[in-house]
Amino acid sequence: MPRTHVSCTVNGDEVDFLSSDETSLLNALRDELGLTGVKEGCGTGDCGACTILVDGKVNCACLMFAPEAEGSSILTVEGIAQGDQLHPVQQTFLEGAALQCGVCTPGFLVAAKALLDENSDPTETEIRYALAGNLCRCTGYDKIIRAVQEAAVQVNGASK
Amino acid sequence: MAQYVTDFMRYAAPTTTDEAVELLQSDPDARVFAGATDLIPQIRAGRPEPSLLVDLKRIERLVAVSHNNGTWTVGAATPTSALTANPEFSAAFPGLSEASGLIGSDQIQNRSSWGGNLCNASPAADSVPALVVNDARAVIAGASGERTADVADIVTGPGETSLNDGEFIIEFLLDDPPAGSSDAYLRLIPRTEMDIAVVGAAVQLSMDGDSVASAKVALGAVAPTVVRVPDAEAALVGSTLDDDALAAAAAAASAACNPIDDKRGTIQYRRQVAGVLTKRAVQIAAQRAKGAN
Repeated sequence: MPRTHVSCTVNGDEVDFLSSDETSLLNALRDELGLTGVKEGCGTGDCGACTILVDGKVNCACLMFAPEAEGSSILTVEGIAQGDQLHPVQQTFLEGAALQCGVCTPGFLVAAKALLDENSDPTETEIRYALAGNLCRCTGYDKIIRAVQEAAVQVNGASK
Repeated sequence: MAQYVTDFMRYAAPTTTDEAVELLQSDPDARVFAGATDLIPQIRAGRPEPSLLVDLKRIERLVAVSHNNGTWTVGAATPTSALTANPEFSAAFPGLSEASGLIGSDQIQNRSSWGGNLCNASPAADSVPALVVNDARAVIAGASGERTADVADIVTGPGETSLNDGEFIIEFLLDDPPAGSSDAYLRLIPRTEMDIAVVGAAVQLSMDGDSVASAKVALGAVAPTVVRVPDAEAALVGSTLDDDALAAAAAAASAACNPIDDKRGTIQYRRQVAGVLTKRAVQIAAQRAKGAN
């Protein structure tokens, strides 16, 4: 089976791994690098459970071949906290109980962080559109939206 | 280790079009891809089973966007999010920008491309009707060099294109819209977001004061390929977009449909909606064109 050597940055660390060519980046992150926060939901780009940032942009890790990551900078849910300090979206998801089973949560957190990086004061509509690529089958979306709104308030408070 | 698809696929990321052409010549079972948002689900579903995956995104021309001497050149693998975020492009082609932005979620937008949307050859591809009404051309690479073809001539049926074996699209060419013209694209989906068009309607109009100087109408998702609607265009040209002209254009659009009957829309529904969306897209394009006068 052809295997390719891949060098990239993951959560701030330079990493190297060997990947079979047809493996998804999702499987490489989970199986080669042990980053099991990245979840597989549908495997076809519909559910967003595998959402990661590639060079700052949201992507579905299941829709990338692992060798495509060469030279890129990747952020997974494992990389969004600053040491012991949770990212505001992680804190507000906890406080607002914006999850039940939690499988969709890493993808939502990464997508919400990406939104707030670009737009720290989004409207509810903007939040709903930005998270439209992430599906939750437990809570419904209201708690999730409210958690992102609350995180935006904290992000704004910190920057003002 | 969890096995993702079949064994023995190789991945290659050429950095020039010549290298890509050579790779495709070397392996008849090779497949090019840009965002792979259609290819990976298709591979997972068991078709196709390429032996070589050729990633086009490392070729500079495939991801470059430029605007020189009245022509836009858009790399075929350029993510659609880069186009919708480009204010100059979106001002020049608001309908095409909107159509491009309707392809999937933000995650998909960072991967989806015109080249992929076109060559996947789904009848419901959102960007294609909008490319067609803007007279977009495709620059195609192949073993015998480059050639240019109208986007309208690329798709020949669901999943089928007129590209020869080993050919791929390098970039798209779009001339600046003439003064007093603009475009619009509307689609209907059963949900509010994240769905595939039941009907898509693209319109490009040039206005001369209050009357229509030229018109182009193309429909998606209502036939095996995108359909131009010359009868609707003829009904609009010379009119002031009065009720009779709009009704005639809508009736022509409905008549041009040759849709499938499926869970997302019946034949009758798709025909009806094609007329309604055509009429509304005409009105939006006209408003924009008058603003551009």
